Amino acid sequence: MVAPTTTCISAKDLTLHFGTTCALRSLSLDIRKNEIFTIIGPANSGKSSFLQALNRLNDLQVGYREEGTIELDGVNIRSIDIEQLRARVGIVFALPFPLPMSIYDNITYGPRMHGLRNRARLDDIVERSLSESFLWDEVKDRLHAPAMNLSGGQQQRLCIARILAVEPEVILFDEPTSGLDPISTARVEETMRILRSRYTIVLVTNNVAQAARVGDRTAFFLMGELIELDGTSVIFTTPSDRRTDDYVTGKFG
Amino acid sequence: MNVRTEQKLAFSVLFLCTVLVVLPVLVILGIIVVKGGSALNWGFLTAMPRAGMTAGGIMPAILGTLYLVMGAVLFAVPLGVLSAIYLVEYSREGRISRLIKLAIVNLAGVPSVVYGLFGLGVFVVFLGMGASILSGSLTLGIMILPVIITASREALESVPRSFRVVSLSLGASRWQTIRYAVLPHAIPGILTGTILGLGRAAGETAPILFTVAAFYLPKLPQSMFDQTMALPYHLYVISTQVPGVPENIRFGTALVLLLLVLTLNLAAILLRYRFRKRKRW
Repeated sequence: MVAPTTTCISAKDLTLHFGTTCALRSLSLDIRKNEIFTIIGPANSGKSSFLQALNRLNDLQVGYREEGTIELDGVNIRSIDIEQLRARVGIVFALPFPLPMSIYDNITYGPRMHGLRNRARLDDIVERSLSESFLWDEVKDRLHAPAMNLSGGQQQRLCIARILAVEPEVILFDEPTSGLDPISTARVEETMRILRSRYTIVLVTNNVAQAARVGDRTAFFLMGELIELDGTSVIFTTPSDRRTDDYVTGKFG
Repeated sequence: MNVRTEQKLAFSVLFLCTVLVVLPVLVILGIIVVKGGSALNWGFLTAMPRAGMTAGGIMPAILGTLYLVMGAVLFAVPLGVLSAIYLVEYSREGRISRLIKLAIVNLAGVPSVVYGLFGLGVFVVFLGMGASILSGSLTLGIMILPVIITASREALESVPRSFRVVSLSLGASRWQTIRYAVLPHAIPGILTGTILGLGRAAGETAPILFTVAAFYLPKLPQSMFDQTMALPYHLYVISTQVPGVPENIRFGTALVLLLLVLTLNLAAILLRYRFRKRKRW
C-alpha cells in the first residue's frame, strides 16, 4: 500500500477557458493518494470544470482552452494516451447515465472496449464491481435485464460499478447524489468511504454537509478561484478565510 | 355573425381543405385499381411481354426495377451512412462542414431529370459504362444519397449526447464510441431513411431514361453491364409510345409500380413505429 501522503494528482497554474468565459484561474493544488478530496463552492465556481479537466472530458466542448499542467503520478496527462487516461481516471456524473443495454453489458462495456473478451473473466468483473458498489445482492438474479429499469439510486451505484470495472486509480464524483433521495445518498457516501482504501476519490458536491461527512480534505472554490484548501474539519470549524466561513455556515451560496 | 357560427364556418373550411387533400389520392388509387385490377394475376407478374408489348406480362420491367433499386442501395447506403457519421461525429462545426451540409440540402432539391443528364454525362459517356444497370444504379444512388444522409444524420443526432460522454469517459476510443454506443441506436432511423430512398428510386423515370432503361428487350439482362427494362419507363412506353396496348395492362402496370412503392413506404412506417415503441431513454 502506498503511503497516504504520496501525491496522486497535481495541478499547476491551471487556467480553463470555455470560449470567452474563464472557468478557472491559475489554480494549483495537489491531491493525495487514497484520500477523499472534496471540492465545494457555489454554482459557476469552476469545480466541475476542474474535475472534467482531470480526465480531459472538457476537450469535448467546443471552444475549450487550457493552460498550465495537470500531472497524474508525476506524468503530464497530456502525454498519456487519452483512452488510457480515462480508464485510469474514471468519473461518476451527477445524473446516472446507464447505457440502454443490460446491467451486465453496462458493467462490461469498459473492459470490452479495452479488449477483454474472456467470458469467465467478464463474469468475475461483473460480480466484483457490483459487490464493491453494494448492488450485487439487489441485481444478481437479473443481470441481463435492462439497466434503465433500475431505480435512480441503483442506477447511480451501477455507474459506480461500471467505473470500478475498468480498475481506475482515481474516481471523480461530479455531484453524484444531487438527484438522489437521502437513503440512496447515504449508500453512495458509504460506498465512497469504503472505496477510499483502494482508490483516490475526488468529490465535487453542492451539498456542504456531504463534504463534511465524507471528506478528508476540502477545497473551497469561488468564481473560478481556489479560496482555501485544508483538512475537512479545519474548513468546517476554523477556516482562515471569511468567505469560506460564510459559505460553509450557509450565509451565501 | 356571432362567435359560434364564425367558429363553425372556420372548422368547415378547414375540414373541406383536408378532404380536398385526401381526395386526389383516393381518386388516383381508385381509378388505377378499377381499371388495372383485372390485369393483375400471377402470369402478368411472371411472364415476358408478347405481341409488341400489347399482351403478356411485365416480368422484365419488375425485375429490372428491383435490380436498379438494389444497385442504388448498395452504392448509396454505405456512402451515405459513412458520410453522415463523419458529419455528425467527426467534423468540427465550421465553414466547410456548413458548406457540405448546404450542398446536401441542395442536392435533395435537384430535379430528377438533371440527375439523369448527369448520369448520362458521367457514367454512360465519360466513364464508358454505356447504358447499363451499373450506370442507372449509380445515377439513382446519387439521387437518393441526400435522403439517406439526411435521415442518417437525424438518426445520429437524436442519440443522446450522454451516451457518447459515458462511453468516452470509460476509456473507449471515438470510433468504439460510435460503433458500440451510438450507431446501434441510430440504425432504425437510418433504415427508415434507406427504405424511403428505395421507394423514391423505384418510382423515378427521368434518371434511368438516359442511363439504362430499354424500350423493349426480348431477353433478360445477363450482367450489370446490360440494359434493362424498368417499371416507370415501361409504363411511359406502353402508355404513350405503343399504340393498342389494352387499358388494363397499362393500368395494371401502374398498379404494380404503385404497390411496390407503397409497400416500401409502409414498411418504413411500420419499422419506425416498432422501434419508437421499443426506444426508452
